[in-house]
Amino acid sequence: MDDAQRPEAEIVLRLSGITKRFGPLVANDAISLTLRRGEVVALLGENGAGKTTLMNILFGHYTADEGGIEAFGAPLRPGDPNAALAAGIGMVHQHFTLADQMTVLENIVLGTRPLWSFNLGKAAARKRIRKLAADYGLEVEPDRMITELSVGERQRVEILKALYREARILILDEPTAVLTPMETQALFATLKKLVAAGLSVIFISHKLGEVQSVSDRVVVLRGGKLAGERTTSEATRRELAELMVGGQLPVNEIGPPSPGAILFELRGVSTRSTGGAALRQVSIGLRGGEITGLAGISGNGQAALAALIAGTVEASQGDIIVHGETIAHWSPRAALDKGLGRIPEDRHATGMIGDMSVAENVISEAYRSPRFSRFGFLDWKAAASFAADIIKAYDVKCPSPEARVRLLSGGNMQKLILGRALDGGPDIILASQPTRGLDVGAVAYVHARLIEARDRGAAVLLISEDLDEIQTLSDRIVVIHRGHLSRPSARGELSVMELGELLAGHGHDEGAHHVA
Amino acid sequence: MWLEPRASTSGAATILWPAGAILATVVFSSVLVMIAGASPLTVFWLVAKGAAGSQFALLETLTRATPLIFTGLAVAVAFRARLWNIGAEAQLYLGAVMTVVLGTGAVTLPSAGLIPLIMLAAMLTGALALLGPAILKTRFGVDEVVTTLLLNFIVLLFVSMLLEGPLKDPTGLGWPQSKRVIAEAQLPRLIKGKRLHFGFVLAIVSAVIVWVIMKKTVLGYEMRAVGHNAEAARFAGIPVNRVIAKTALLSGGLAALAGFSEVAGLKGNLTLDLSPGYGYTGIVVAMLAMLNPLGVIAAAIFVAGIFVGADAMSRSANVPSYIAEVMVATSLLTMVAAIMLMRYRVRWR
Amino acid sequence: MTEAFEILFTASFWVAAIRIASPLIFATMGELICERAGVLNLGIEGIMVAGAFSGWFTVYMGGDLWTGVLVAAMTGALFGLLHGFLTVPLGLSQHVTGIGITLLASSLTYFTYRILLPEVTSPPKIEPFQPFAVPVLSDIPVLGPALFNQTPLTYLAYLTVAAVAFMLYRTPVGVAVRAVGENPSAVEAQGISVTAVRIGAVMAGSALMAIGGAFLTMSAFNSFFFEMINGRGWIAIALVVFGSWRPGKALIGAILFAAFDAYQVRLQQITGGVIPYQIFLMMPFVLSIVALVVVARRATYPKALMIPYQKGER
Repeated sequence: MDDAQRPEAEIVLRLSGITKRFGPLVANDAISLTLRRGEVVALLGENGAGKTTLMNILFGHYTADEGGIEAFGAPLRPGDPNAALAAGIGMVHQHFTLADQMTVLENIVLGTRPLWSFNLGKAAARKRIRKLAADYGLEVEPDRMITELSVGERQRVEILKALYREARILILDEPTAVLTPMETQALFATLKKLVAAGLSVIFISHKLGEVQSVSDRVVVLRGGKLAGERTTSEATRRELAELMVGGQLPVNEIGPPSPGAILFELRGVSTRSTGGAALRQVSIGLRGGEITGLAGISGNGQAALAALIAGTVEASQGDIIVHGETIAHWSPRAALDKGLGRIPEDRHATGMIGDMSVAENVISEAYRSPRFSRFGFLDWKAAASFAADIIKAYDVKCPSPEARVRLLSGGNMQKLILGRALDGGPDIILASQPTRGLDVGAVAYVHARLIEARDRGAAVLLISEDLDEIQTLSDRIVVIHRGHLSRPSARGELSVMELGELLAGHGHDEGAHHVA
Repeated sequence: MWLEPRASTSGAATILWPAGAILATVVFSSVLVMIAGASPLTVFWLVAKGAAGSQFALLETLTRATPLIFTGLAVAVAFRARLWNIGAEAQLYLGAVMTVVLGTGAVTLPSAGLIPLIMLAAMLTGALALLGPAILKTRFGVDEVVTTLLLNFIVLLFVSMLLEGPLKDPTGLGWPQSKRVIAEAQLPRLIKGKRLHFGFVLAIVSAVIVWVIMKKTVLGYEMRAVGHNAEAARFAGIPVNRVIAKTALLSGGLAALAGFSEVAGLKGNLTLDLSPGYGYTGIVVAMLAMLNPLGVIAAAIFVAGIFVGADAMSRSANVPSYIAEVMVATSLLTMVAAIMLMRYRVRWR
Repeated sequence: MTEAFEILFTASFWVAAIRIASPLIFATMGELICERAGVLNLGIEGIMVAGAFSGWFTVYMGGDLWTGVLVAAMTGALFGLLHGFLTVPLGLSQHVTGIGITLLASSLTYFTYRILLPEVTSPPKIEPFQPFAVPVLSDIPVLGPALFNQTPLTYLAYLTVAAVAFMLYRTPVGVAVRAVGENPSAVEAQGISVTAVRIGAVMAGSALMAIGGAFLTMSAFNSFFFEMINGRGWIAIALVVFGSWRPGKALIGAILFAAFDAYQVRLQQITGGVIPYQIFLMMPFVLSIVALVVVARRATYPKALMIPYQKGER
């Protein structure tokens, strides 16, 4: 990435005036963008800025309403992933597009041979995959099943899929969201090798630090519009942040904690494996007036821990102690009865029922109480007025309590969940990935509410894969790796790299079971 | 192409799409009628006349609609909670068996006591018949579609066994049929000398009760929540397995009432041809009604009209009465497509 | 009691077992392909009815037996196209649509039968496929005649299993079918149309189901009766689960099931009316449910089964 050579390099990709509307929403508004050979362009923008839509248009998942795309000087046929693939464009999606019960090799060769041939050409493919893997630092065994791979390995398969097709332009959508700091470094090393070999990369991210360390040029999107374009080396972090947000970044003031008694405790709890990693002899205590942050790479058991505390997964061993009382039968209902407020990881799948109304959704945890029902009959008036209260108090943008939840944005849905979970001022709060996919404003709002709860004396467990979020918000940090918890550390005690070591499983002495 | 949810469905769309579905059904059936060598206009006129052209025709249609309202409600309730009960046919027959067991003289009470007793017993039988598959679904993860389908065959063989064994009518000249229910167990006719019986009133009352349950009660709310998103319902503390079990009991009980009302109100005894597929047709009725309990009444009368009308038509025109089944199946497919297009917009790119 | 045991060692028993298995093998492979692509096909029962009639009628009208098989397959594929169109791009409930296809296919068949053969009182007959003894192989004791003295359609059933297994695991199109049933976006991202793969799989699977139906009218029997499919389609669905969505295991399941069915018929003759015959007839259905209960927990079903695919996410 020699600065002096860049301007002369040919343009390999040109997007001109791309506009895309979804009903009344303009997701992309006349966006133009060029990419040169051997260059890394970062596409920076917060959630909902239109980055993913733009790349989906480029890759042919969507067709633009206006504008055109040229790849290597030739116009790209819109709306056809095949055209993009044939033009040498490869895309690594944020949510991996891999078939789990199949091998790495099968996933890679899928679609690379004529459908009606009688041969998969496995031997030759295996050889080529090994060579590509060695050349670019993407080691992965071709004959392993995807289910057996770690998240980092799966991402390598995604990149190999593109390279196997001889992609000349690689688009990576939020590639670091699921990686450890070390894996992120390895990914950046791979990108350097790819660029050196003449490929061009579009790197989609909302993290300023990464964008600055990996890219040559930054294109910033905001609200579907092009907000600005800078050469990375000439732009300051603050300048980029302001371009991205359109003003000052909202900052939450967080004062020192005043820890109280332990309100919720797990003692030696294990779970059976259901999909991801199970918990193994986990002990943790949550104090009132304190935010405990649980960091971990996706798939290391944080989902199991969240489900356990929420009551949807049973402990196979160990005790759950709430307010000093050991609970014999833990369930979602028991959790609610004991005054837990729970924010689930996946708002669409677990948090809300999309085809039901706002009112029907906000009462779903309390519909049996005399507040909302009598003699088995529901009081819809009470439900509607409760919904109206939440809509007002949490500033939810929605037409009425009767509106179907499916039609709300992610941020508004999350506000409804917050309203439901925090109703009645619970003193134990489980927040699992509470800001995933939200824009900056919504993130700040969720954080403010969590800090507020902590300041009124609630014990908060924040589970997040976003290390920045954990570090800003947590009074104490615990790292989970393969179902084990690390020793807790105080705010600011460990550096990012030290945390990274813990995330990768170094420094966990697996024999010992810490009481976190 | 893909589908994009509509923010709201316009009034015109709620009429135009279902109307389109009916039109498509009519066009398709017309083609078949023409292949059979008849004129569609004549045939549809004859079907309409046979279904509603006279007091006799109309009463016959309502009589035929009675079991369909029950099975339609059974399916609507189950599908709402996403419990795929394809076994209404089996539950219907079990309800009929219980009616015959208790109603042929084993218990002697005045009508006011005997009929409610038999109704409850019949409902319980049907309810338990669906509880089995529901438990297999929640405890063992066995798909209830397959188990309820297979149970239809098992129950029919079981009924056949009973009719050639313990329940056989000794005076039946060797036919596999049960004894007739005693007078106290019979549902009264609504009009003297006509076939329409009190079962029709029970069906309407049931529809209203089910509507109230679905709209106004905690159970109805739980059922809808489980049906729309079981995982979210479970997270919110709704006891999903128990709700599915309750749904099964309600659905199975409703289907069994169809068997009860056919035996106690219309046929008087149990034979192997008690139901010409009312359990399966209930699925069509429920879908045409978009799972709305009150809509089930209208849909059942509509479907019954097609059957009754087609029977009458085939006697005068040279078109097989199977055209009715074709029309009903076609209307099911076109209507589910119409409902989808009402709620979603098709985007081609 | 020994008599009941000795049945198992007679060639005629195994001949019957394989004959009963053949239509189930076609139907099971057909359903397996559909489900591997992520589409449950409850139209199977009706599609088998339509296949049984269309194949038989082709021959009745003077067509060649193999032409009959082809016509049956095409009829099945046509209903598969309808099921595929309604469930894949339109994303309708696979349960409801499947039941609708079964109602439509069987009622259309009965309607057509009444129009084409209005005057018949007893069902007309055709000259069906005849058994063909494979030289040498059919001389093996017991198993020889059972496996290799069957009609050509049974041999086609064996071939189908091999072809389906080869296709799914060794060819690009098979990898695409499996991937589309696991994670459709993996297929979309590699430039293959999810809609095309799914509809294609449902059409191919439905064609096999229809041949399974045609086996009954063109090989096992020689005429068409109403109600002759009698739940075989539903049993095939159970067999797919029992076979964990794998062709080899499903084949073993079909043969085991058929052997049991053939056995109950013979047992019925031996016991001579002590036990009501309905009990024996019930057994295959009861057995299917038991098999499902035993297997259901362990089965690794295709991840995207019954989940409609919506292209791209916003």
